[in-house]
Amino acid sequence: MVEFQIPVLNDVPAEFDTKFTPGAMAHLKPFLAKADHNVPLGFPGELVDDWQKKAIDRMGDLVKRYRSLAVYLDSCVKCGSCADKCHYFLGTGDPKNMPVARQDLFRSVYRRYFTPTGRVFGSLVGARDLTKEVLDEWYSYFHQCSQCRRCSVFCPYGIDTAEISMAARDVMDHIGVGMKYCNEIIAKVHKIGNNLGLPKPALADTLEGLEEDVQDGTGHPVRFPLDVKGADILLVTPSADFFAEPHVDGLIGYAKVFHQAGVSWTMSSYASEAGNFGMFIGSYEQMYKVSNRIRKAALDLGVKRIVFGECGHAWRVAYSFLNTLAGPWDFLDPAYPVPQHIIEFTYDLIKRGGIKVDAEANQGMVLTVHDSCNVARASRMGTMPGGQFILPREVIKACVPKFVDMHPDTIGDKTFCCGGGGGLLTDDLMELRIKGAMPRMEALAQVIRDEGVTHMAAMCAICKSQFTKVLPYYGMKMEMIVSVHGLVSNAIQLGTNKI
Amino acid sequence: MAFVAVVYTILFYVAAATFVAGLVYKVVRYTRTPAPLPIPTMPAPLTKTGAAVRVAREVVIFESLFRSDKWLWLFAVMFHLGLVLVIVRHLRYFVSSHLGLVWTLIALAQPFGKYAAFALMAGLAALLARRFMLVRIRYITGPSDILLLLLLLAIGASGASMTFVSHTDIVGVKAFFLGLMMFSWQPLPADGPLLVHLFLVAMLLIVFPFSKLLHVAGVFFSPTRNQPDTAREKRHIAAWALPLDEQRSK
Ligand code: HEM
Ligand code: HEM
Ligand code: SF4
Ligand code: SF4
Repeated sequence: MVEFQIPVLNDVPAEFDTKFTPGAMAHLKPFLAKADHNVPLGFPGELVDDWQKKAIDRMGDLVKRYRSLAVYLDSCVKCGSCADKCHYFLGTGDPKNMPVARQDLFRSVYRRYFTPTGRVFGSLVGARDLTKEVLDEWYSYFHQCSQCRRCSVFCPYGIDTAEISMAARDVMDHIGVGMKYCNEIIAKVHKIGNNLGLPKPALADTLEGLEEDVQDGTGHPVRFPLDVKGADILLVTPSADFFAEPHVDGLIGYAKVFHQAGVSWTMSSYASEAGNFGMFIGSYEQMYKVSNRIRKAALDLGVKRIVFGECGHAWRVAYSFLNTLAGPWDFLDPAYPVPQHIIEFTYDLIKRGGIKVDAEANQGMVLTVHDSCNVARASRMGTMPGGQFILPREVIKACVPKFVDMHPDTIGDKTFCCGGGGGLLTDDLMELRIKGAMPRMEALAQVIRDEGVTHMAAMCAICKSQFTKVLPYYGMKMEMIVSVHGLVSNAIQLGTNKI
Repeated sequence: MAFVAVVYTILFYVAAATFVAGLVYKVVRYTRTPAPLPIPTMPAPLTKTGAAVRVAREVVIFESLFRSDKWLWLFAVMFHLGLVLVIVRHLRYFVSSHLGLVWTLIALAQPFGKYAAFALMAGLAALLARRFMLVRIRYITGPSDILLLLLLLAIGASGASMTFVSHTDIVGVKAFFLGLMMFSWQPLPADGPLLVHLFLVAMLLIVFPFSKLLHVAGVFFSPTRNQPDTAREKRHIAAWALPLDEQRSK
């Protein structure tokens, strides 16, 4: 099936040897959204007639709406500090995947239509007309950015290419050139409540099955409650947690933690999705609508707290945007932050002795952890800056006999995206996903070789799906990927030590 | 007054007006444009003071650049630090009194100031060389990037030629610029290198608000750097997003 070359993994991560190959990825673009996917989101079904004018208008609108865009489009000095920081550039060698070059696809049009120099001097100052060719380039390369923000870390002005690719996708949606994968999923959320399009009866069924499995496996009546009014905690988790491997082990882990902590909790069939693809397409309105399902569910069920399951971009929207989009949360218990991450919840319990975990249960495992880009660079856990790196590691270390970190240039806020974020986790972009995973694969291969690492924990539904798919291409086993709460699930001591 | 002096008088009024008006316009635009969502690059400071310190580190020590590329950082510091010293030394053309803080600063910078020209030019030359020698940088370089570096190099070279080769009448230069500021116009020493230097400086002032030199303002307004991490504590709702909330509660 794969007719492109899988990148060769080098010995030393952080010194990637990328072959500069103009046009290497020009052929790749995701499937175009059809009218059925676009119209429910309020976008035109197909390319509109006066698309050029509409696109320019929308661009002007966005530059007035977002300070980030206004500042970033003016400020880049073309220093190239970001150039070699993008996993897609490192994995593909296509210069248009250098963050600055990606921005310039958008900036050149901005210069042409919105700056005096661009209008007068044109190409001297890098200004370009918005032609069909340019639009095609946008469609291709703004769907080769996972909005992971690694480039922003290294830019002297913090220019965040993610902001620009979100804006570009929004402009394209407004002229009818949407991406199928994202728009189809958002339409499903509006209609059914989750990305998978899983209706309530099917969900209830699945959860019942999980209850039986856990009962059989452990002998403990761990519940997976759905739509329980008056529960204390609403758990919002990515819908992949209901089915996919290793996601579902994570969900079992959360349930065991709640069970053992003795708290009352529930999931909601109306807001049965933590993910929010509205962010990927850069649409405030879509993000708003999806987020407010959670508000409605919380009000309808009368819960006191909201806890999110493991998912990177979901946690970005939850941590950074939910208050703005769906707050104020004055009807919830003010003693807890809104929302909370399940890792914050579990970490607290482990520290306080509210649950006991036994690392022996994961005997033989040597763990490393993949810091999800959105968790690392776009959110926080705990009370201090950088808690998003500490808390997951502390939880993992409590649950396994041995933990090692990957190369320092590939973790923390320098972490690499898994290669499937930003709404690119679709089979039509497989080539990009495989190549873009290269930097992470290199760092992982190194700790496997040097430190005997057996498993890599992930805390994001997209990372988990992406890695299980991509690892085999690099000669590693997909079973290596585990959920953080999959480890907790094994290690937690059920039925003991109530405080 | 000689013809050249008249031309330069007009030129500098136009240049200064363009520079100030252009920059003020941009800064006002940036201030008025809302930042509808908190997007600091994490981990970010929790307080406004912390965020201000973060921006100050970017401005003073180019922190992010240092984390990224040590060579580029070195060239950038050579150029920008050289520029700061050169500019401080230049203040003597614009400050009439020989007392006060500004003058102390000028006096302090004098000895290095002179040689800062070399740091400035060496930095610029290295930055220019990168644009030809490194494949990636060559790819993202456009004509305007090269022209700007050449412009700055030419300003530096013409200035240095006056400092180190053939001196100009700096008392006359000072009188000319103080005259511009007091609206009592004075003659300008008609000296080749000086006229070149000043013409190029006027060009720099004019292109400033239309070019990537806006990074000077951008670095202070970048939401990824200047926002504190307060997302869970505070709503950041923009005026244009408010109608959505109103529809919701109904
Ligand atoms: C707040 C003050 C300033 C800050 C924080 C700042 C910071 C930076 C940084 C971090 C870079 C990227 C590294 C590099 O390419 O050198 C840069 C580039 C540049 N800066 Fe500044 N700068 C400031 C003021 C200025 C001023 C006043 C000028 C000129 C009059 C200037 C001219 C340039 C130029 C031309 C470049 C691009 C160099 C190239 O082409 O490689 N900067 N600046
Ligand atoms: C209206 C503004 C300016 C005026 C009136 C001016 C005037 C002068 C004069 C008279 C000198 C010779 C000093 C001497 O003989 O000792 C000089 C030197 C110099 N100028 Fe300027 N200049 C201006 C702006 C600039 C700018 C914006 C730059 C840099 C981008 C610059 C860079 C230099 C350098 C590098 C030197 C040589 C080193 C030094 O003496 O400090 N000048 N300038
Ligand atoms: S946000 Fe991530 S994927 Fe996009 S250009 Fe930057 S580094 Fe590359
Ligand atoms: S690091 Fe920032 S300023 Fe430098 S080229 Fe990249 S986006 Fe532009």
